[in-house]
Amino acid sequence: MPLRSDLHKVMVLGSGPIVIGQAAEFDYAGTQACRALREEGLEVVLVNSNPATIMTDKAMADRIYIEPMTAGAVKEIIRKERPDALLPTLGGQTGLNLAMELCEAGFLEQFGVRLLGANPETIAKAEDRQLFKDTMEKIGEPIIASKVVHTVADAEAFAREIGLPVIIRPAYTLGGTGGGIAYTWEELREIAASGIMYSRVDEILVEKCIAGWKEIEYEVMRDGKGNVITICNMENIDPVGVHTGDSVVVAPSQTLCDKEYQMLRTSALNIITELGIEGGCNVQFALHPTSFEYAVIEVNPRVSRSSALASKATGYPIAKVAAKIAVGYGLDEIKNAVTGKTVACFEPALDYCVVKFPRWPFDKFVYADHSLGTQMKATGEVMAIANSFEAALMKAVRSIEMKLTSLIMPRLRERSDEEIRAGVHRVNDERIFVISEAFRRGLTTIEEVFEATKIDTWFLHGFYRIVSMEKELAAADRLDTALYLRAKKLGFLDCTIETLSGCPVNPVHRLPVYRTVDTCAAEFDAETPYYYSSYDDETEVKPSDGRRKVLVLGSGPIRIGQGIEFDYCSVHSVWALRQLGCETIILNNNPETVSTDFDTADRLYFEPLTPEDVTGVVMAERPDAAIVQFGGQTAINLAAHLEALGVPILGTPAWSIDAAEDREKFDEILEECGIPRPKGSTVFTEEEAVQAAARLGYPVLVRPSYVLGGQGMEIAYSETDVREFMRVITQNRVENPVLVDKYLMGREIEVDAICDGEDILIPGIMEHMERAGIHSGDSISVYPSLTISAKHKDTIIRYTRALARRLSVLGLINLQFVLYDDQIYVIEVNPRASRTVPYLSKITGLPMVDLATRCMFGEKLRDMDYGTGLLPEREYYAVKVPVFSFQKLRDLDTQLGPEMKSTGEVLGVSKSFRTALLKGLLGAGFQMKHEGAVLISVRDSDKQEAIELGERFEKLGFALYATSGTANLLNRHMIAANAIRNVDEPSPNIINLIESGKIDYVIASSVKGRHPELGAVQIRRTAVERAIPCLTSMDTAEALLRCLEGDIRIENCEMVDINAI
Amino acid sequence: MKKAYLLLADGSLLSGQAVGAEGCAIGEVVFNTGMAGYQEVLTDPSYYGQMVCMTYPLIGNYGINFDDYESRKSWVSGFIMRELCEYPSNWRCKLTLDDYLKRQHVVGLAGIDTRSLTRRIRNAGVMNGLLYTEGYEPDAGKIEEMKSYAIRNAVAAVTCAEPIRYPSDTDEIRFRVALYDYGVKYNIERELCRRGCEVTAVPALTPPETLLADGYDGVMLSNGPGDPAENHEIIENLRRLMGSGIPIFGICLGHQLLSLAIGAKTEKLRYGHRGVNHPVKDLDTGRTYITSQNHGYAVVGSSVPESLARVRYVNLNDGTVEGLEYRERPIFTVQYHPEVCPGPMDTAYLFDRFIQNMEQMKGGAPTCR
Repeated sequence: MPLRSDLHKVMVLGSGPIVIGQAAEFDYAGTQACRALREEGLEVVLVNSNPATIMTDKAMADRIYIEPMTAGAVKEIIRKERPDALLPTLGGQTGLNLAMELCEAGFLEQFGVRLLGANPETIAKAEDRQLFKDTMEKIGEPIIASKVVHTVADAEAFAREIGLPVIIRPAYTLGGTGGGIAYTWEELREIAASGIMYSRVDEILVEKCIAGWKEIEYEVMRDGKGNVITICNMENIDPVGVHTGDSVVVAPSQTLCDKEYQMLRTSALNIITELGIEGGCNVQFALHPTSFEYAVIEVNPRVSRSSALASKATGYPIAKVAAKIAVGYGLDEIKNAVTGKTVACFEPALDYCVVKFPRWPFDKFVYADHSLGTQMKATGEVMAIANSFEAALMKAVRSIEMKLTSLIMPRLRERSDEEIRAGVHRVNDERIFVISEAFRRGLTTIEEVFEATKIDTWFLHGFYRIVSMEKELAAADRLDTALYLRAKKLGFLDCTIETLSGCPVNPVHRLPVYRTVDTCAAEFDAETPYYYSSYDDETEVKPSDGRRKVLVLGSGPIRIGQGIEFDYCSVHSVWALRQLGCETIILNNNPETVSTDFDTADRLYFEPLTPEDVTGVVMAERPDAAIVQFGGQTAINLAAHLEALGVPILGTPAWSIDAAEDREKFDEILEECGIPRPKGSTVFTEEEAVQAAARLGYPVLVRPSYVLGGQGMEIAYSETDVREFMRVITQNRVENPVLVDKYLMGREIEVDAICDGEDILIPGIMEHMERAGIHSGDSISVYPSLTISAKHKDTIIRYTRALARRLSVLGLINLQFVLYDDQIYVIEVNPRASRTVPYLSKITGLPMVDLATRCMFGEKLRDMDYGTGLLPEREYYAVKVPVFSFQKLRDLDTQLGPEMKSTGEVLGVSKSFRTALLKGLLGAGFQMKHEGAVLISVRDSDKQEAIELGERFEKLGFALYATSGTANLLNRHMIAANAIRNVDEPSPNIINLIESGKIDYVIASSVKGRHPELGAVQIRRTAVERAIPCLTSMDTAEALLRCLEGDIRIENCEMVDINAI
Repeated sequence: MKKAYLLLADGSLLSGQAVGAEGCAIGEVVFNTGMAGYQEVLTDPSYYGQMVCMTYPLIGNYGINFDDYESRKSWVSGFIMRELCEYPSNWRCKLTLDDYLKRQHVVGLAGIDTRSLTRRIRNAGVMNGLLYTEGYEPDAGKIEEMKSYAIRNAVAAVTCAEPIRYPSDTDEIRFRVALYDYGVKYNIERELCRRGCEVTAVPALTPPETLLADGYDGVMLSNGPGDPAENHEIIENLRRLMGSGIPIFGICLGHQLLSLAIGAKTEKLRYGHRGVNHPVKDLDTGRTYITSQNHGYAVVGSSVPESLARVRYVNLNDGTVEGLEYRERPIFTVQYHPEVCPGPMDTAYLFDRFIQNMEQMKGGAPTCR
């Protein structure tokens, strides 16, 4: 079946902002899909509120709407564009839900828009609990038996049917309060009774307990002809109970024999066939560890995080093929782009082992609950490929950027044997490392760990082998080639081998060779150079074609502070380099991204981003130069190493990056240029910090140097604060100095610029809605600036030029200023790509990364078409609104501060500022309720502003509630506010009020935060867990009010095609 | 730990660690791309005379159990892998792979770069090899023997000596099937028994007249090893069997032998198809199926006499013949393995088709649909 002839214009839905559970994988999927559709000559209309993505890039679609992913906005776009069809299966759950909403309302039918990839019935069969159950029963696929009951007797009756153990889940309690696993009949009666008591509606779900079963996933595809294939299966090391996004996962499955593998494969294919999906589908199974019994846990009738992983693990481009299928092609008609010879209708054969490792945000969110369960908490992930499980695991561990080089987690050394033993039972982010530590100390056996964790012994033996090698190295009096190679084949780094053995590796040192990911286990010759390292003799690296070779370092896993925007920059840099006639090499380890797509660069190395791994690639490829400034801090950190290897860094030199980070050097430069900055000093100890703070005067900003996203940065109002923050910082073993600065609470301004060594080009000046003190990534940012005078703009341009030149910037530079007391201060300079580059590029139309790359090759801005200095402001406002994943991270304080907490962002674009802001807020998930109640509980320093805010809410007709202090103040100012008891007072108090559902907005700030026990933190957590917007900055609340007062509705807003502005 | 070596006919020598039995073995070196299913591979008689190199690097992970054998013993002349799992994990695991290889006297080699070996075979075609354990170094004569080695009289080596009867899984026997054992995998018989057949596996050289006289409802031609063209007597027998009009279903070698019986030709493929991921297109329906394969020879499509049969199934990777549909007779044959073990079960419906053919034959009207 060729392309459907009734298709001309197709709308593709993206997945919106990056949140936990929905990350860069959908940019990768959407980008592949858009390209696949355009290859077919189709006109593509793209909707995605996330401006940091590649898919929202000019070249990706014909029309691009960076608009809220809400039914209201998408309806307007459909009205305007009148597409023939809608492809919703590549935009995650967001895309799918939106499509369902439009479909159910009859809107799609009304406008003649056909749904591609999956029909509404299909989606409902997979998503609706009852329909799913019915469908599985119809085709004889087992699911987890469960029943809703209201009495203990009914609970017992059902448990008799399905057998113990069972899980009791009370309805409508958060975090499963009152529930639990019952192993005995007595426990069942007890837990059922308490569950019914805790449930608001006296209702519990009794479910067969499958905790400890193996969790296996299959990625399957189907075309319109009914051809079905499996791309890959995956086995979670963590058994059922831990969300697959938080599990360490291997591909292919390791402990399944052919019978088990085929049984589940057949089931997955039966399911995709019954659902009638035309595209990709993910099926999750629980497999009983000692029988053939299994249950279907979940079906995702769309491309998912796992399919991105499966794509990268096998080389099979699932999203691209899914898009081709959606527009009518059969699997047998699509070419396998990797071999160039075979067709897409086959099942990849792997001849290596893949390990995926999650990246959690707990290094930043130290007080958040680290335990892992059914709620995903990881912000990103890495993938590693090797010939052995051990080597793949070791590669993965050193890729997650947690300063680990092996399974040795230094902080565990200080724990007692008892703590380690107990730790083995705890399901959290460090479990694998605790298990390894327990093996290291000989505290436990593989069987005991299996009993405690149900992690299959096959994997435990792998951890054990790694620990045994550590011991063997430690015991060796000399390092011979055989021992060295055995360690290398288990994935040990040279530095680890040296540390453990005390012997230099030099005499026996070997470089890795590189193997191809070819989808077919070498059965056919592959055309795509997609490589991973191994310690063998034969390398498969293709000879170069004579073009100048440039290595581009990627940015590793998505984490808070280093998101998808750096992938955007890396990919753009590769494209620019190709245009400049270079052969490009990408080195990265993130399976979710576009940069690790096999056809982004000329060569792809799927490897960790550590000095030794980079050395291997450099020795294999001998690149003429490297680019590091687009890969965020990860790549920047490798700049000096590349220079030491003799690889010239294109663009800004390494010393400049160092100078911008080094307090003293930077102060000297500022002084030289006559640029003021807030006073501060560099300290190493708690005492020094306290002294410095006293000298500068409170409040002060305390932060470690050389970190991302303001990690560990806090505003200290007192000596106690300084001491507390210093303790947190030093706990994380920061070897670099700590900076203590005077905190200036002014207006924050951000600038990105391109510098060619002489001239600069500033695409735009951005202004933050929130005052300085809130991390720029967490602030609402407005382009062009609203309130900055021409005088100050000139100063900003002057400072930017002076600093860019003085730091010898060649390429991109990012600067942050604060306007305080009518004076501009520099607060931060990053001579590299920043978070704001993608959105500025899109809104100003200035291809920033391309220009920066050309500058690195000696081109001058004045010879390009865009001029120098500040680019004239566009007539559109672009408001970037941060998006948080607070609901998913229990115990995390949501109060914004200097440490970044957002996981993603959206953009609102309009000629009117207020409309742009509204679009931004809608895109970020604000419901924009125009009536109801507002709860205010703020710290003293915010009280004056709270009065004004309260008054404005009152005018709009909102009822006000406040804690006694704030309520008294409001009432004194003739604003009616109901006083409500505080957290520590008896109920009904403020927590009960929030839980009652009466409150629509919460404005809550406090002097102290972080600790989950604090009352203010509890208020904020309660609001977040009830999905009530909780504003912690008076400025954010003010922005919200501006929108509410404007009373604009999305239906009346113009939808902006950014390709047309 | 002892070392072991693989000397290839092209003169290259690979060294690794000795696993399984110790000794010196000669065979044709082939690779299999299946990621699971080594137990089935080891016990598939089609691998008679061959040394199998698994392309998946971690082998033995789930050990060996007593249920998944595909014949009574292992037939491979050597087994080659990258990493042998010492501590397998699976609830049915009874033996480690190493123990099994020892018990079966299969010489094994681990710790070599299997991808490199696979690439060599892919580029140069299958080649002979000599696999020996340290202490079993071959002399010049042995090396010559390896170089001139060819798999001969393979079917005779693997077929059963006496008929073996497998009862139907159902209470009522729906059909009685004669199964020519050219090196049969147990799952062919299991698939038929599950569908209500009583299956009698018969020695490869059993004259067709004997079967016809015994009143079987259909004849199943099994898979098996070696060069199909060397089986002159069998080919002759099949020619006679065909004439009877009895429903026949042939798999792999059975497919090739029947093709030869109608005058088609077979050829040796450069490195064969061995794996569980080969796409086969049914030209009649347009559907493509993922199939399990294990063959080094294939029927030459252009040699199939048009008046007698037509090519119905083709391999999407290289266009080779994957199955024939016979004209005017209830006969069809496939090159791939619908009985799988190992591999995807997507084409098991072919057994249903065979059953239907027998049903219609019993009902009177012969059919080929």
